Amino acid sequence: MALKIARTLALAGGVLALAACTADGDTTGVKSASATAAPQVTDTPYPSTYSPYPGVPTALVGATVYDGAGGVIPGGTVLFADGKVEAVGLNLPTTGYQVIDGTGKFVTPGIIDVHSHLGDYPTPSVPAHSDGNEATDPTTPEVWAEHSVWPQDPGFSRALANGGVTALQILPGSANLMGGRSATLKNVPSRTVQGMKFPGAPYGMKMACGENPKRVYGGKGRMPSTRMGNFAVNRQTWLDAHAYLAEENPDRDLAKETLAGVLKGEILVHNHCYRADEMALVMDMAKEMGYRVTAFHHAVEAYKIGDLLRENDVCSAIWADWSGFKMESYDGIPENAALLQKAGACVIIHSDNANGIQRLNQEAAKAQAAGKRMGIDIADAEVIRWLTLNAAKAMGVDAMTGSLETGKMADLVLWNGDPLSVYSRPEKVWIDGALMFDSSDPKHRPVSDFELGQPGEGDVK
Amino acid sequence: MIRAALIAPAALLALTTPAAAQDMVIINATLVTGDGSEPVENSVVVVDDGKITYAGPQANAGSFDTNIVIDVQGKWVTPGIFSSMTSLGLWDVSGVSEGNDAAAGTSRFGAALDVVPALNPASQRVAVSRAAGLTRASIYSSPAKSIFGGQGAIVDLGDDPDMLVQPRAFQMVTLGERGARIAGGSRTASFAELASALREGREIASGRRNAEDSHLSREDAQAVSAVLSGEHALYVSVNRASDIRAVLRLKQSYPKLRLVLVEVAEGWLVAEDIAAAGVPVITNPMSDLPDSFEALAATQSNVGRMVKAGVKVAIGALDGATDNQPRYATQFAGNLVGLQKVPGATGLSWGQAFAAISSVPAEIAGFGGKFGVLKPGAAGDVVIWDGDPLELSSAPVKVFIDGREQSLSSHQTRLRDRYRNLDESQLPMGYRR
Repeated sequence: MALKIARTLALAGGVLALAACTADGDTTGVKSASATAAPQVTDTPYPSTYSPYPGVPTALVGATVYDGAGGVIPGGTVLFADGKVEAVGLNLPTTGYQVIDGTGKFVTPGIIDVHSHLGDYPTPSVPAHSDGNEATDPTTPEVWAEHSVWPQDPGFSRALANGGVTALQILPGSANLMGGRSATLKNVPSRTVQGMKFPGAPYGMKMACGENPKRVYGGKGRMPSTRMGNFAVNRQTWLDAHAYLAEENPDRDLAKETLAGVLKGEILVHNHCYRADEMALVMDMAKEMGYRVTAFHHAVEAYKIGDLLRENDVCSAIWADWSGFKMESYDGIPENAALLQKAGACVIIHSDNANGIQRLNQEAAKAQAAGKRMGIDIADAEVIRWLTLNAAKAMGVDAMTGSLETGKMADLVLWNGDPLSVYSRPEKVWIDGALMFDSSDPKHRPVSDFELGQPGEGDVK
Repeated sequence: MIRAALIAPAALLALTTPAAAQDMVIINATLVTGDGSEPVENSVVVVDDGKITYAGPQANAGSFDTNIVIDVQGKWVTPGIFSSMTSLGLWDVSGVSEGNDAAAGTSRFGAALDVVPALNPASQRVAVSRAAGLTRASIYSSPAKSIFGGQGAIVDLGDDPDMLVQPRAFQMVTLGERGARIAGGSRTASFAELASALREGREIASGRRNAEDSHLSREDAQAVSAVLSGEHALYVSVNRASDIRAVLRLKQSYPKLRLVLVEVAEGWLVAEDIAAAGVPVITNPMSDLPDSFEALAATQSNVGRMVKAGVKVAIGALDGATDNQPRYATQFAGNLVGLQKVPGATGLSWGQAFAAISSVPAEIAGFGGKFGVLKPGAAGDVVIWDGDPLELSSAPVKVFIDGREQSLSSHQTRLRDRYRNLDESQLPMGYRR
């Protein structure tokens, strides 16, 4: 989160001594576990319990179809059934499908936000809900965002209904250099976070450059208090992780397990980083320490190093036009996305914001327009990729969702107009082929527990 | 027909400074007057001596002598956007506290604070807002240590040293949760604080100030007295329906108060009451989350429902650099138009939405007919757009304030131009400008 940091209450000091137990780094099995007290070690603790809701075989006919991978089919047909996209094309036979007339409307893959704090900074934004920054230590790779996510955050339903968001990555905040593991979720209402977890999605790890960590910890009179301190703490932590990896039968260490997952390429690094010079240093740190940065988030200066980002195959997850809210954001420009696209680098439009997630499509359109005004023409279908397939790629779920291709999850949005127009809104949203939002049917508008019986319950919002 | 005395542009430039007020005629405009009406094609706008002398259909335009004819070839021409309740000119980077004058968190003054000496027309936030078509604004001082924020001003956003239009136009007070926290931990404290301040304002106005029985400084009490007399409007930041009702009741005890409600997340629940009281509203229309227990009923239909009930509503309270930038006014207004197509939602017509960022905020600021409209006698604040001004793809191509064409460049445009390509084979970027 850009601004909302260090709001956690000071925790009583002390670390719980964990019962001795050992496991190898890749957690594939229990080794020398004691007979009675050892925690279960599994590949997937807190496993996803999500399974698709029932749907009916559906044909969306006559809409302009953006496939999320850069393609567009005017007057196309999208067929989906059993939770999967069956076919996308022109004049496909629709016998056996519920036919929805999309004439004059638009279809896109479900919108995906690679950077959200819904659930870990839920509304109402009271201190008791501030669960995004474990700001008690500059490196906390041991914390998992899913353990903070409140599934009743009303923001999830807003993102669905107004933003067409079908999947999102919940990240820890940016107070820490290493903030912890992310949670990748399907945007379905659920009693539990397990009921939202995206099956098969890899974990991400949040890292943060620059002002936030050095301010938070410098303010506590401890390291890091400078950018060089940020790097020193990061590098030593990576060295320690390598030592852990080299151990034959190390004791379980939650922090090291996450770092080892990064070093083995199983956990994707999402690095909050604003300034171009710092991103360049981080890419070298990654080389030095043997990991990859999947995406820089809030990369407001990415346009200054589009070439480097392309060469290193690192995505830039950005706002359309935020700047000037902190020193390291001062050089943000609305042409950032377009300049990156022109440089051949990967662009993702992200929100980091419970309001912005409701209009990622609009943010993308603004970024596209800023490019056009400086002579960089980017096709609408390419722009849609910024908030669908590119985001899916950075979250490691692009084989499953993010584009309308046969066999992929039927996560899609029927828009009541051009999604790059300010006047358009989602009309219907499907997740895995199940209708989860219908603007014309109040029964298909989810209402969180929190809002029941309160003013405005079930309103269009 | 237009009788245009055309002068060659080069000659004109030689005769005038770039910032000189222009007599000009804009032809072939898709005209938006800002008064709530819908756009009209084939229109003409005439600016003479910095003021609008005509804005309407080409057919009724008559003839004008002019130095400059701008044929906009169907482009949209609108009044400048009026940004209500913002802090442009009070900071460069919101998070760099050294240069942020939006709130005086440790000052011993409250109501007496005055934004005027803090205004900086050279702030980049002014420049990027101007480039987005914003030409006028009401600047407030945010309550921090006192429930009173201080005295706000009306400004222009021109690229010149003087941005002040009217100093001390209104006073700011916050009630609700924020006011309660400032005043002592409860709404009971904020209302006691307000009542006490108003009493002191009345006493100082009548020469009966008793220093020993005063909580406010002399300066604060004087500022409050200007509110009591109605000389300064009182902008009240409040959200919960019950708080809105409580504020409206103030008029019974203090009939001269010129109230303006700000934020008002739950305004739609009490829209009839607000309308009956004749109190205008300034609000961020996109708030739709229960950020707090005083905003449980927040919805994007808030503005539409209040307008439908007869409340005068301006889109505003956009004072940040993230999801609440002043330059988002057009985008947010466009969203309200889009709501018309959403079943169960209440939006605004295009004309209403544009009025909510032009004439309506100007009227609330006391500049009805002067700013935010294109009609005879209004300031020559004119924006020419490359498309529908509420659409995401559109931007101003020319901005005039008081008839003077404005620079649209900024730190951002310079960075854009520097980094247009990344070729440093001859010299580093540092030499490129």
